[in-house]
Amino acid sequence: MGKRRSKWLAVTRTPTGACAAVLLVLVIALAIFAPIIWGARASVIDTDSISQGPSAGHLFGTDDLGRDILYRVLVASRLSLELAVLATLIGVGAGTILGALPSILPRRAGRFVTSAVNIAVAFPGLLLALFFAVIFGVGTTGAVLAIGLATAPSFARLVQTLSASVAGRDFVSAARVAGVGRLRLMIRHILPNIGEPLVVNATIGAGGALLAFAGLSFLGIGVQAPDYDWGRLLGEGLNRIYINPAAALAPGIAVVIAGLAFNLFGEVAAAVVGARTPIRRLGRRPEPVPSEEEPGLARGDAVLEVENLRVSFPGRSGWTTPVRGVSFTVCTGEAVGVVGESGSGKSLTALAVSRLIETPGVVTADRLEFAGKPLLEASDRELRGLLGTSLAMVFQDPMTSFNPTRKIGRQLAEVSEQHQGLSRRQALARAVDRLRAVRVPAAARRARQYPHEFSGGMRQRAMIAMGLMGDPRLVVADEPTTALDVTVQRQVLQLLARVRADEHAAILLISHDIAVVAQNCDRILVMYAGRIVEDLPTRGLLTGPRHPYTRALIAAVPDLDADREQPLAVIPGRPPEPDQVPVGCAFAPRCPLASERCRTEDPVLADIGGGGRVACWHPVVDAHRAEITSQAFVGVTDDDSELASTGTPG
Amino acid sequence: MTSIASKFPVPARAGALAGAWGNPWVSFAVRRTWRFIASLWVLITAAFLMIHLVPGDPVRAALGLTAPAALVRAKRQALGLNDPLLTQYWHYLHGIFTGDFGTSMTSNLPVSEVIADRLPATVEMAGLAFLVVVVVSIPVGVAMAVLTRGGRRRGGELAFTSTSVFLAAIPEFLLAVALVYVFGVKLGWLPVAGRSDAASYVLPVISLAVAPAAVLARIVRVELLAVLGNDYVRTARAKRLPARLVYVRHALPNALTATLTLGGLLLTAMVAGTVLVENVFAWPGVGSTIVASILQRDYPLVQGIVLVYGVMVLLVNLVVDVLLALLDPRSTIRES
Repeated sequence: MGKRRSKWLAVTRTPTGACAAVLLVLVIALAIFAPIIWGARASVIDTDSISQGPSAGHLFGTDDLGRDILYRVLVASRLSLELAVLATLIGVGAGTILGALPSILPRRAGRFVTSAVNIAVAFPGLLLALFFAVIFGVGTTGAVLAIGLATAPSFARLVQTLSASVAGRDFVSAARVAGVGRLRLMIRHILPNIGEPLVVNATIGAGGALLAFAGLSFLGIGVQAPDYDWGRLLGEGLNRIYINPAAALAPGIAVVIAGLAFNLFGEVAAAVVGARTPIRRLGRRPEPVPSEEEPGLARGDAVLEVENLRVSFPGRSGWTTPVRGVSFTVCTGEAVGVVGESGSGKSLTALAVSRLIETPGVVTADRLEFAGKPLLEASDRELRGLLGTSLAMVFQDPMTSFNPTRKIGRQLAEVSEQHQGLSRRQALARAVDRLRAVRVPAAARRARQYPHEFSGGMRQRAMIAMGLMGDPRLVVADEPTTALDVTVQRQVLQLLARVRADEHAAILLISHDIAVVAQNCDRILVMYAGRIVEDLPTRGLLTGPRHPYTRALIAAVPDLDADREQPLAVIPGRPPEPDQVPVGCAFAPRCPLASERCRTEDPVLADIGGGGRVACWHPVVDAHRAEITSQAFVGVTDDDSELASTGTPG
Repeated sequence: MTSIASKFPVPARAGALAGAWGNPWVSFAVRRTWRFIASLWVLITAAFLMIHLVPGDPVRAALGLTAPAALVRAKRQALGLNDPLLTQYWHYLHGIFTGDFGTSMTSNLPVSEVIADRLPATVEMAGLAFLVVVVVSIPVGVAMAVLTRGGRRRGGELAFTSTSVFLAAIPEFLLAVALVYVFGVKLGWLPVAGRSDAASYVLPVISLAVAPAAVLARIVRVELLAVLGNDYVRTARAKRLPARLVYVRHALPNALTATLTLGGLLLTAMVAGTVLVENVFAWPGVGSTIVASILQRDYPLVQGIVLVYGVMVLLVNLVVDVLLALLDPRSTIRES
């Protein structure tokens, strides 16, 4: 109960909510007190001042019987509000009954009610209100019933949707199993749990009813003289708008303010009852941070050179930096793998080097060059042609990476139309040719299909074909096999290897699976908490990894010889969240070799010869200690580390 | 075995008939037509019952308490109100399918003639207003989505959202009154009543279009922002297409389904909104006629116009559903 009250109080804490609440209280107070204070004066007939414009005596002028417009508008607030609330109550009541009936009645009758509601919902409220107004007759009672019943179908629909969502919950299932009857189930278990959203929607509905009532009274179908509400005053005022505009405008403004009060309060309440988005205060944009890191060796002709790459995003409390200074080089035709757990920053690194990080993300780097062109300084337009033809991307989930409303062939052809100046027909022919090149069977027919008609593996091949539309020098493949079946994974990786051989393209392969990377790459970058912690050639992987984390990753890969009686090797603990990276080495809390120095000083990625770099205060050098390290990781709890769960042979 | 077979229907290739049923388009057309006919039947029946649900004698109510009893009797006879209910229902259905909607009790003109005379004005107003809504709200919504994506220009976002919420909250008839005051009374630029030259269309169309345009622009922006977060938009950017193509070719079509659904709802609401706007501007359409005939208790005319409005709403819904099926090549058309 207390929680619920605080929720409603929370509505008034947002600026809009506070405004709406104040407005609502004012309107309600006016409705209560205005008739008591000004009721008598509003009906004084003054034949000396008929239909006058605004004056000191009558701020908004007078009507055709000399009555004061301002007082009449103020006094009319009670009837206008009363009728709106009454109509809403009728609507909510009738709607709740209609909405609950299908769950209580026998199935056939229930279906009938549902389809009747569905048909009624399709008609706008005003038409339904007019229909009922004819039946119940012109006048106040008829209009209240008409507007109430006209809103009933939409409330019925709401109750149906809400109770369907509640009906699946555990406590309802439990009650059902316990033999609670359907009527009792509805009244005791379901309806109380949909009360809150229903009340919120009823508040919004009251605003709507107020406007609808004003409309009916304005048309002359609602409140009849001598009674008056805002709609009636508006109708009377419009007839004399040339004589005294205030007579039409004052009630109009009153209707808008009152309607807005209900609507706004309801909307804010709906936002509060639902999800809340906190307001963030961000500091200044992150700026480049100098790096002490030794850049990777400049080896031959580099296709991609990265120095001190940082990626930052606005978080809940200021900026967070999931990629914290990454440097590496990819040479022509080389296959480089990037491994790490989820959240290590490997995918963001891939997106950043492809210039695909969008605002609000911020990318900085001392150097970011692709094929000799600096990527950060140049504009989109300058780079479009180069990146469009020379840099190919393969994304993780082929199910979502194609546009569902466009045919596969057209999505491929776009590349050549845009960057290679081919005509529509030529580009499509090339798309078919490229699909054939990645061994998509019946390529011409397939090109005319939509993505949902492709299987996952087929779509990933089409994605690679899209990269082959140009003349790729680098293929950035971000977890290209994670979403695929094991058998298909192999085919896709083989295809990437063929592309590398045929097109002399370099490959940057991002994966959480060190086995995948080891089988397909020349060199491996191990990332942890937004940094590269080790950079080593694949041939050194089994014998000489220096970083305890790399060793732990390898130890966590089960093989066929593994003793099934022994628990799977896992790395204890979890990687830190990007906004909670500890001082010192980020891996220290999970590292069996960590010393005091590791917890205070962050090691720098340093060249250790033999084409490798490592960032560790205690790099493992001899085989004996390596044994200890990998043993230290065996048999510890946390088994939902994704490293432990992949690559297991069936 | 039989139960399993009946659970999994025969694949489409099995036979000609099964082939036709298996075609999602055929089953969509059958299902949607059936729903249209069912709704139409409910509508016609409701219109028929309307006159019988009125408490007391509708003819007495229409002619007034002072009317001579003989006149009331004669009128009842003429309207067929003394026949058994089912016979009347049959006559009503028969009349509708032969274009006979009865005779107006006040003017003694055939209802179909009155409607034919007045309907074009209403359709014109609603159609023009909807055109304005689409032409204004889609570009504005797209532009606002592009400008405020990823938390850019928070000030602009706030200004747009609050303006559109405010505009959407003003009911069409109040806006109409305000427009009459500003452009008719104060400035005297535009005519405020009747339907004549192009200038006379301006104020009614604007009053009808503003609120739905504000709602639709907001929805287009929100939907487009949601679509911009999708993987395939990233793919389109990875292809280095110009921003214009990414937004218009890849993002917008995917945002249109929700926009179209809502657009249909708005159009039906605008059809109903003509009733109020026509009354402000003395527009000679069915909207001002239905109010007058409700007040005069001219039931046959009310019945006829209720049917016309209802059919317009049903047609809008039908067109929206067909467009949705055409736009979305995925599962929509196969869903029941």
